[in-house]
Amino acid sequence: MPTIVIDGKEYEVPQGENILEACLGLGLDLPYFCWHPAMGSIGSCRQCAIIQYQNPEDERGKLVMGCMTPVQDGARFSITNEAASSFREFIIESLMVNHPHDCPVCAEGGECHLQDMTVMAGHRDRRYRGLKKTHRNQYLGPLIHHEMNRCITCYRCVRFYKDYAGGSDLSAMASHDHVYFGRHEDGKLESPFSGNLVEVCPTGVFTDKHLVNDYTRKWDLQSAPSICPGCSVGCNTSPGERYGKLKRVHNRYNPDINGYFLCDKGRFGATYVNSEKRIPAVGRRSKDGLFDAIDSSQALTAIAKGLSTSKVIGIGSPRASIETNFALQNLVGQQNFCTGISETETALVSACIEAIKESGAKIPSPREIERCDAILILGEDVTNTATRIALSLRQAVRNEAYNMAEGLQLQSWQDAATRNLAQDERSPLFLASPHATQLDDIAEGIFNLSPSNIAHLGYSVASLIEGKRDDAVTKTDANDYGNIAEALLKAERPLIISGTGVTDTSVVKAASSIASALVAKGKETYLSLIYQEANTLGITLLDQGQGPSLSNIFEQGENNNIQTLIIVENDLYRRAAKHKVDKLLQAADQVIVLDIMDNETCTQADIVIPASSFAECEGTLINFEGRAQRHFPVFESKHPCRPSWEWITEIGKISSNKNMLEWQCFDDINKACSESSSTLTGINEVAPDRKYRVGGRKIPRQPHRYSGRTAMIANLSVHEPKQTDDTETPLGFTMEGHSGDRPGELIPFVWAPGWNSNHSVHKLQTGSERELKGGRSVVKIESKNLIQSKQQVKSVSQNNDQDHFIAVAMYKFFGTGELSSQSPGIIELCESESIELAIEAADKLGVSNGDGVTAHGVNGTVELEVKINDSLISNCVGIIQGMPGAANINPGEGLSLTRSENWVRRSEIISSDQLGSKNV
Amino acid sequence: MNNSVNSLSTEELSAIDEELEHAPYRSAVAIDALKIVQSHRGWVSDSSIKEIANYLEMSSEELDSIATFYNLIFRRPVGENVILFCDSVSCWIRGCAKLEKHINKTLGITRGQTTEDDKFTLVPVPCLGACDKAPVMMVGDSLHENLTEESINRILEDAAVKGKER
Repeated sequence: MPTIVIDGKEYEVPQGENILEACLGLGLDLPYFCWHPAMGSIGSCRQCAIIQYQNPEDERGKLVMGCMTPVQDGARFSITNEAASSFREFIIESLMVNHPHDCPVCAEGGECHLQDMTVMAGHRDRRYRGLKKTHRNQYLGPLIHHEMNRCITCYRCVRFYKDYAGGSDLSAMASHDHVYFGRHEDGKLESPFSGNLVEVCPTGVFTDKHLVNDYTRKWDLQSAPSICPGCSVGCNTSPGERYGKLKRVHNRYNPDINGYFLCDKGRFGATYVNSEKRIPAVGRRSKDGLFDAIDSSQALTAIAKGLSTSKVIGIGSPRASIETNFALQNLVGQQNFCTGISETETALVSACIEAIKESGAKIPSPREIERCDAILILGEDVTNTATRIALSLRQAVRNEAYNMAEGLQLQSWQDAATRNLAQDERSPLFLASPHATQLDDIAEGIFNLSPSNIAHLGYSVASLIEGKRDDAVTKTDANDYGNIAEALLKAERPLIISGTGVTDTSVVKAASSIASALVAKGKETYLSLIYQEANTLGITLLDQGQGPSLSNIFEQGENNNIQTLIIVENDLYRRAAKHKVDKLLQAADQVIVLDIMDNETCTQADIVIPASSFAECEGTLINFEGRAQRHFPVFESKHPCRPSWEWITEIGKISSNKNMLEWQCFDDINKACSESSSTLTGINEVAPDRKYRVGGRKIPRQPHRYSGRTAMIANLSVHEPKQTDDTETPLGFTMEGHSGDRPGELIPFVWAPGWNSNHSVHKLQTGSERELKGGRSVVKIESKNLIQSKQQVKSVSQNNDQDHFIAVAMYKFFGTGELSSQSPGIIELCESESIELAIEAADKLGVSNGDGVTAHGVNGTVELEVKINDSLISNCVGIIQGMPGAANINPGEGLSLTRSENWVRRSEIISSDQLGSKNV
Repeated sequence: MNNSVNSLSTEELSAIDEELEHAPYRSAVAIDALKIVQSHRGWVSDSSIKEIANYLEMSSEELDSIATFYNLIFRRPVGENVILFCDSVSCWIRGCAKLEKHINKTLGITRGQTTEDDKFTLVPVPCLGACDKAPVMMVGDSLHENLTEESINRILEDAAVKGKER
């Protein structure tokens, strides 16, 4: 490591960094704007100026930009030198010329990088007395608020949006002091990563609209370390709360997974927590079909009584925590516990687990994905099903650019130079999908194929890698497939991506065989398989294929074998055809539903119990890598909501369930789960338990306030009420406690003296890999621990004649997620269509956008709203998952379609509502 | 000046196609395409931006960032004659400030404005490269040197009669 001298003191710094990075890494304060740890340097803002000396005799030195100056052994610098510090102060003063004096009404205030840097650079008095440049703001959609006057033209927004995230609808307009960052015209920012502008912008140009409309300053927010429940990636988040309402979600740095960035579903899709559709109380259905609130103990006793006298089935959920599912499994017994995942999906998940075990490939974290240099995506629509990974893939294809830069001895942080050098040169990415995807723009080869043909492509590539020739392949295909095989073999770290999204087990198997072939060639091979929900892998591992399948439950219902049915955090109407679920719920004598939000299953229940959301309870989720992660309650559940695992444990205790009598708290359940099977061993080490203290102190959820007051009820009383004691977690509902180095999984929010914005995260990092100083636990369920789950492969009857279309599952970033799609802002971005047709198919049926078609399949007929997708291959139709009617169709089945003659177009029903929905 | 025509005309398209023959990729002719459309319509409207962007397979935002960067791509309607009036140092020494006031008074417009009859738009420029003949200005495509109040009157009268210079 090179040794450099800063202000007379010697430091060892990592090789290859620039001086700005090195200074921040050493804990030295040096102000900056345009630099970003993930986006590198362009040297445009001139804020990180420091003095560099030629040699020990040089007393004058020269001004250089820290972010553009590589560290060199023996180099000498000064941060405190008068010439440098007055230069930095002057730069801030210039930036401030047009910046409004609106901090008190700005949503960035209190966590503003510009505020921090202004104080740090020492600029105090504004000398400019002239008019300030003002701009018109744009409507950028329901998620992001635009306030262009606050811009200091650091260009970080467009560098993130265009260069890093591949967006095309945000640009820098005009020149000199007219520079404007916006769209060509009003409209929603199209990138699924647009929300990161809120954190990337050093000031308040782009702010979180939901927070702006119901505002709380960072210093008043109560936060906890959390995990996004939106998909199987498991990004780390930091949700903030006040007055019992979830106000916003910020990124929580985890170098392996999300780094500095989240997707918009993760950032804006959590406010369903405040929804009016939350179940308000324990309810029992009266004779007239309405729910009457009843005393919870009365309800629990009734349920417990039913448990001991009748046949009970428990249906868990891939969106509920391991602990909730484990508690339910213990309550009803393994033979009566169903994962609640559909038949088709269970088979797919099993195929994925098999693939991981058999291929011998490594499962990459998103950070490892960024280091892969040749990628093949088989069927999975990553941008819609595991969005954060799409951002990592956009970085992975830049490895070619970094290689070219290295050839010219250019450091990878030289962002502008590297991009200029590489232009459109990218590392190879091939993708096969039945329709266009949002990664097509960076793909070297795109293959629009039906799922079975995608599998065929996969197998052909695998045999080409093995050196075999596939005679069934045509000459042109052979060339294309040969290119893929060649690119994967040439790469140092080839990556194959597939998953349960394409709903064809043969595609997953094909992905596995390519990975095996590459492993056999001695390649460092990565295989990434995507699941559809936050805990799909977790619940599958818990179940081990031992419990009954969902269709088995339906059969038992039909035979009148079920007296009591307990459904936990699962809307069965999203999992299976309506008529089947109807029958089951009617057949059971007593249906008990524990859930967060009201849904169709709840309306059919006899007793409904309100469960806490991810933001109000502790829980462990297992992501697509097998990484177990803990989310902590951000705030207390509103009475009478309680975590599902707590409700279930209480029922277990009343019914004297032997296992559950000893469970006093979350940690007990978690420990019991860890000890229950070898597969889940270690999930009690995911985060410290409730007894964790540093110097006898807990970790505070609130930032330190000098007044020590929340002033939340100051309108009623000046006396601050006592904060609730948190007996369940290592965190406290207070500002008092240990705020020094903590393990990564216990960092509720980031803050450091002088660094109020999220940029303070560098104060918690160490080393060139930017690890967290306080360490962090990494618990991965290794593939060798995976016990083979029972294969439940069911051949789907496929009608391949001319009149039938193959149903393929499609996913929508906004809309497919059950809970996220009920968050304010996202609600209005969800489309209503549930089937996508190719133009030829639509013409043949005589339908256009917004019309209805009737689909005839194995589950009878269902009416679906049409959207035309000209990229879809013509013999396939896309069934948009999570949309009305979609659960009635099994992906992969053959459908015959007819035009719905009596369909009323949505535009004809609510055209006046649509006009008024734009909320600026 | 015709704002109602949205789609690019055949002449415009063939002129852009000619540029495309020499370009390595479509978006490379962005500036030329903007100039072509401006020469036909006097300015570049929002809908023209969309049309051109579509034709060059780039996003409207990308093209608009180029169009708005250049002061002489007009994103608002201008008069038949655009007066590019130099206010740089040589012309300033030679008294351009007084002449600009004269134009203001004669035409009733200040910088950035267009006369009510849509004949003239006044735009300042930093230099026209004719400092030895300062003060100078351009009206349409012709450069006028050694300006005086009298010569300005004559030039403006001629231009008003002639209409748009091509």
